[in-house]
Amino acid sequence: MLTKADTRVVEGPPKRVALLLAEYDTAAEVMHAAERVRDAGYSKWDTHTPFPIHGMDRAMGLADSRLGWIVLCGALTGLTAAFTMMYWMNGVDYRIVIGGKPPDTIPSMVPVLFELTILFSAFAAVFGMFYMNKLPRHNHPVFESDRFAKATDDKFFLSIESDDPRFDLKATRKLLVASHATQVEVVEEEEE
Amino acid sequence: MAYYEPIRELDEAPLIEPGSRLHDITEDISRVSETKAPPGWWIAFSLALCGVGLFVASVGYLFWRGIGVWGNSAPVYWAWDITNFVWWVGIGHAGTLISAVLFLFRQKWRTAINRFAEAMTIFAVICALIFPGIHVGRPWLLFYVFPIPNQMSIWPNFKSPLLWDVFAVSTYFTVSLMFWFVGLIPDIATLRDRSAGKIRRTVYGVLALGWRGSNRHWQNYERAYMILAAISTPLVLSVHSVVSFDFATSVIPGWHTTIFPPYFVAGAIFSGFAMVMTVLLIARTVFKLHRVVLMRHLELMCKVILTTGMLVGYAYGMEFFVAWYSGNEYERYVFVNRAFGPYAWAYWTMVGCNVLTPQVFWFKSMRQSIPVMFVVSILVNIGMWFERFVIIVTSLHRDFLPSSWGMFSPTVIDLTTYIGTIGVFFTLFLLFMRWLPMVAMAEVKGTMAQADPHYHEPSEHGHHAHEVHKAHGDASAPSKGLAPEGA
Repeated sequence: MLTKADTRVVEGPPKRVALLLAEYDTAAEVMHAAERVRDAGYSKWDTHTPFPIHGMDRAMGLADSRLGWIVLCGALTGLTAAFTMMYWMNGVDYRIVIGGKPPDTIPSMVPVLFELTILFSAFAAVFGMFYMNKLPRHNHPVFESDRFAKATDDKFFLSIESDDPRFDLKATRKLLVASHATQVEVVEEEEE
Repeated sequence: MAYYEPIRELDEAPLIEPGSRLHDITEDISRVSETKAPPGWWIAFSLALCGVGLFVASVGYLFWRGIGVWGNSAPVYWAWDITNFVWWVGIGHAGTLISAVLFLFRQKWRTAINRFAEAMTIFAVICALIFPGIHVGRPWLLFYVFPIPNQMSIWPNFKSPLLWDVFAVSTYFTVSLMFWFVGLIPDIATLRDRSAGKIRRTVYGVLALGWRGSNRHWQNYERAYMILAAISTPLVLSVHSVVSFDFATSVIPGWHTTIFPPYFVAGAIFSGFAMVMTVLLIARTVFKLHRVVLMRHLELMCKVILTTGMLVGYAYGMEFFVAWYSGNEYERYVFVNRAFGPYAWAYWTMVGCNVLTPQVFWFKSMRQSIPVMFVVSILVNIGMWFERFVIIVTSLHRDFLPSSWGMFSPTVIDLTTYIGTIGVFFTLFLLFMRWLPMVAMAEVKGTMAQADPHYHEPSEHGHHAHEVHKAHGDASAPSKGLAPEGA
């Protein structure tokens, strides 16, 4: 397959090698492969699995997710916005005395303070996650591979992008083959 | 003994039918939306659509004639509609409990039912919101409840529990919807990758947001999921507490009690689990989900129903005790009137359905009998409806002055509106079952032995616990020999 790709007559728009895609049968194999790729010093690479694999973050050498900080900002924004809104509306802009209670009393604000804190945190968690993952992104070179559809079913993949400074078609392929991949595929994409 | 195997000493059992492969899960769940719907689905869907027709007709008539077509009248101004509102919101709560609270407690069995339960939450809250929306009397002025400038240049009163309710329920709906969608993304990607037709590929493709199972994504995704679970847990407890504040902060005997928030939350979980069970039993039979939804899952749900049923039973008893202990004669009268007054039939229906029927689940044979479970789940749904009816109507119909005593009787439109919302609920639910993965595939796979990187498939090699590199896929997997050229 590889030799064919190297010598084939090019039809249509010019293509370039986008990434190398290795396929594995089990979670253990892809994890050990990830450890090797990590130790080889690659940076622009990823694993693709049907479900999150416990321990994969360490195998890939990833730092902890920073999403929590975004959510904390969301929570504080929600809390501040809720307090400002209620205090200004009921306590400043249009004061109404209800039940003989002071218009700007804090205890009765607690439920809404709580709910809006939660609401803003949830928005921050979901949209922060999308932002950090750069989603939605509907086209990606990995989708050029026909076998990749199995990544959401029962197969495990590891991709190394050609933009990686250490990427070398031959050496990288060798590394992946040595990592007990069942398939190693060169994935091309159209050149811009 | 490895960690992925159930611990026999703890009486653990496998969560998935033993011997299942990862692909079996994909196949079982995705198949539902890829093949023709079974006749059972069509029958249920036509019935549900009749319900929607009834709903549209009832509400249309109500908008034409006015709110008077309902039976709400002095002294019972909160009647069926608020009963239905509380009932539906309560049903929703089990969904969040299963998806968030059981997640935080690492109850892995939840993966078989969480998607279902979350969908149920969303549809139940939609049904719930219909009632206060109409109950305000002038639905076109509903925006007054939101803090947006209006023609009276007045702001909402943030000291009102009814306004807290607006914030609680709308936050709950929004957060549940996002939680549900986030959970769906990897599974929609599975459907996308399996789809043959252009329409399916486009629709699922757009919804999957380009999900590619990347571990760099999973990392943030799992963190987002955990944070959502962590904030949904206090949220779900707050929502029904706030709903109970609608009653508890008033000075009506029978409502003005501090037990209401926990009592309402327990009741919500109780009724929600019953509704999950009703719907799950139907879906399991119609779509043959026996590989994923095991008897063990159903049995655990029976235990939750038994526990929460006794919690509400305790609350019923405690209400009576406190009414007596308070020494307040109005409070005492309300409770005596509940149990022995004109609405005693409703009270004892409630006690019978909610406290007595779940007691059958003390017996293992009952917890494993599908017909028993189905009947009990329906009875609990009925009982919990009556609980809200009893709380609302019996507390209102005889208040402080005997001159303003009265009786409440529902009209036909009350009944048809209520049945109509059940139709709306099931229509949405059946569409969901048909077109979206109704079991969280990625999460179920994550609980299987194959998900463990230390998993070693039983093979003829014997005990090579560390030789995981060996090719030992099943027969259909490509054998190692012919794969990587240039090795």
